[in-house]
Amino acid sequence: MRFLLPVLLVTLAAPAMASEAWVTNEKDDTISVIDIETLEVVKTLKTGERPRGITFSRDFNRLYICASDSDTVQVMDPETGKILHDLPSGEDPEQFVLHPNNRLLYIANEDDAITTVVDTEERKVIAQIQVGIEPEGMAVSHDGTIAVTTSETTNMAHWINTETQEIFANTLVDSRPRHAEFTADDGQLWVTSEIGGTVTVFTVEDQEEIAKITFEIKGVRPERIQPVGMRFTADGAQAVIALGPSNHIAVVDAKTFEVKEYILVGRRVWHLAFSPDGSKLFTTNGISGDVTVVDMNSLKAIKTIKVGRYPWGVAVRP
Amino acid sequence: MSLRKPRVLLSILCAMVGASTGTANAVDVRVLYLERQVERPPVLSSLDAVPDDLGLAGAELGLFENTATARFLGHSYTLDTVVVGVEEDFGEAVERVLADGHRLIVAHAPADDLLALADHAEAQDALIFNGSAPDDRLRRDACRANLLHTMPSRSMLTDALTQFLVKKRWTDWLLISGEGPGDEEYADALRASAAKFNAKIVAEKVWRFDADMRRNAAQEVPVFTQGEDYDAVLVADEIGDWARYVLYNTWLPRPVAGSEGIVPVAWAPVVEQWGAAQLQKRFTDATERGMRSEDYAIWAGLRAIGEAVTRTTSADPATLRRYMLSQDFELAAFKGRKATFRTWNGQMRQPIPLVHPRALVAQAPIEGYLHRISDLDTLGQDEAETDCTAFED
Repeated sequence: MRFLLPVLLVTLAAPAMASEAWVTNEKDDTISVIDIETLEVVKTLKTGERPRGITFSRDFNRLYICASDSDTVQVMDPETGKILHDLPSGEDPEQFVLHPNNRLLYIANEDDAITTVVDTEERKVIAQIQVGIEPEGMAVSHDGTIAVTTSETTNMAHWINTETQEIFANTLVDSRPRHAEFTADDGQLWVTSEIGGTVTVFTVEDQEEIAKITFEIKGVRPERIQPVGMRFTADGAQAVIALGPSNHIAVVDAKTFEVKEYILVGRRVWHLAFSPDGSKLFTTNGISGDVTVVDMNSLKAIKTIKVGRYPWGVAVRP
Repeated sequence: MSLRKPRVLLSILCAMVGASTGTANAVDVRVLYLERQVERPPVLSSLDAVPDDLGLAGAELGLFENTATARFLGHSYTLDTVVVGVEEDFGEAVERVLADGHRLIVAHAPADDLLALADHAEAQDALIFNGSAPDDRLRRDACRANLLHTMPSRSMLTDALTQFLVKKRWTDWLLISGEGPGDEEYADALRASAAKFNAKIVAEKVWRFDADMRRNAAQEVPVFTQGEDYDAVLVADEIGDWARYVLYNTWLPRPVAGSEGIVPVAWAPVVEQWGAAQLQKRFTDATERGMRSEDYAIWAGLRAIGEAVTRTTSADPATLRRYMLSQDFELAAFKGRKATFRTWNGQMRQPIPLVHPRALVAQAPIEGYLHRISDLDTLGQDEAETDCTAFED
């Protein structure tokens, strides 16, 4: 008995401890859960209509899902896969970001030109902020003082003071801004522009544009290079940027703003997430309906995993 | 301590931004939507009526989007609307709106009226957008420096369709053209596209039936389409009178394309990729109908003005025109690629959707048609073949 027990414990504990990548399938109303060790889909869960943005609470005990066509943010228990309740979200929530206080969700309401701030504990809307048309990208600084919404048709990043929930600055970027990310030290904000084909870098302190990153891939027409999702590596040294229908991602040096590598992935790559140890990157490929796994040491795609139709967002749970 | 500093900073910034957007950069933009109504000949089918607000609804959506951006910049837009009835004098209306000071005009009018407007002495410092006339001559020898085109030319449309048909190897065509307005021009454009992309017109027929085809298409059309072997039937019927009765009634089981069947358009309610679903939704919510090519082209005129005003902080037509024709201009046109203007004739470069009533079939330029600069310039007159001289600055 004494000998057997530890073995059993290990086998029992292993499934619960495996890290997972959770992928929303926009046209299937499901989430595919990928085991990061085996790189296989281990379960598929039902969601509301047209799931897009996806994020975990800071303690990973709750999963938030933008069910765009259900006009709600769903809250799921990731252990059971059960929807616990819905949050009021405003119409057509597309993307959102959870404030570092683990309580406030900043939601971009694509059809309404509004950013909605929701208290996830009280389950109520605490503010709605008028932004430009088709708000999409949402970011919040690590110190929690600033939230940013990008609006696709207005071509702006709107800077929101999270104390007053009011816009304090608007900065123009190239056409169809899709995504925004703060650097780890909150010194810079990076904004991707899908149709402009660029990434604009601002200093947060004065919202001044300090760099514009452009891309060039041999054998790919420039119009097909459309920056959308992006992530910084944990050490902050690199940014990885999804380039849409060019079917490539770019690895960019975060200090020099130079592209170090282009990696071929699936078709119309949307969003990205790193494994907890940073060794692997998962990309959602909208048109090919799969997820590409990239090894971050060799910067090579190592596997393609079939998921549902139009995979959109991805979030990782350790 | 660490939290306080940014907060102070923020409030200072708020004050600064508030001050600067209010006054210093104020730009007030006046845009005119000018429509010349035309007589519409009766068509056989009574299924589809032309909406009363065709075009105007696009202008209003464009205004709404421009205003949303303007709000954050301290800019403002006003849209005036002048609709000239079929019986009314267009020249008189032109006099009036120019005397009224309008210099940014988005026009929904036939080619001759557009030229009358563009050639008016008072309009020489104006910037006019053609949001409806597909006539190739407006992009060629009858081009005007103050006239830009957001509506694709006929040759762009037929080139787009031809690329698709040739890619499918449907290269031998039976061409049926009508005698309605625009049909001859459409057939000419198809002939030119066939020559350009190496398709062959194996037989040509003119539609002259005056019977009611709703009742006897099944008897007449098979006989009419007998003869040569062909891969596709191309129909030129711009007003939508008879071509719809050709589908599925041809002697040979062949696809129909052109004015009916697979149709090249500036826009259609079935375009939904590349964020288009959002534009369609905004339009449908406001109008309770689908967005058509004229709505789209006029929307694009308003949006081109908006984009140029935002980037130049100016409402001066000459400044806006210079910017629109420069490398810096880009319009997110919901077709997956930025729309820009051709510097040699003022035509907006844009992908062309090929549609049927329920879905997008393909979008041109079709993969494989290459171009030295932009594959979008495989559609319509390219720089080398232009005979437009008004843009030679």
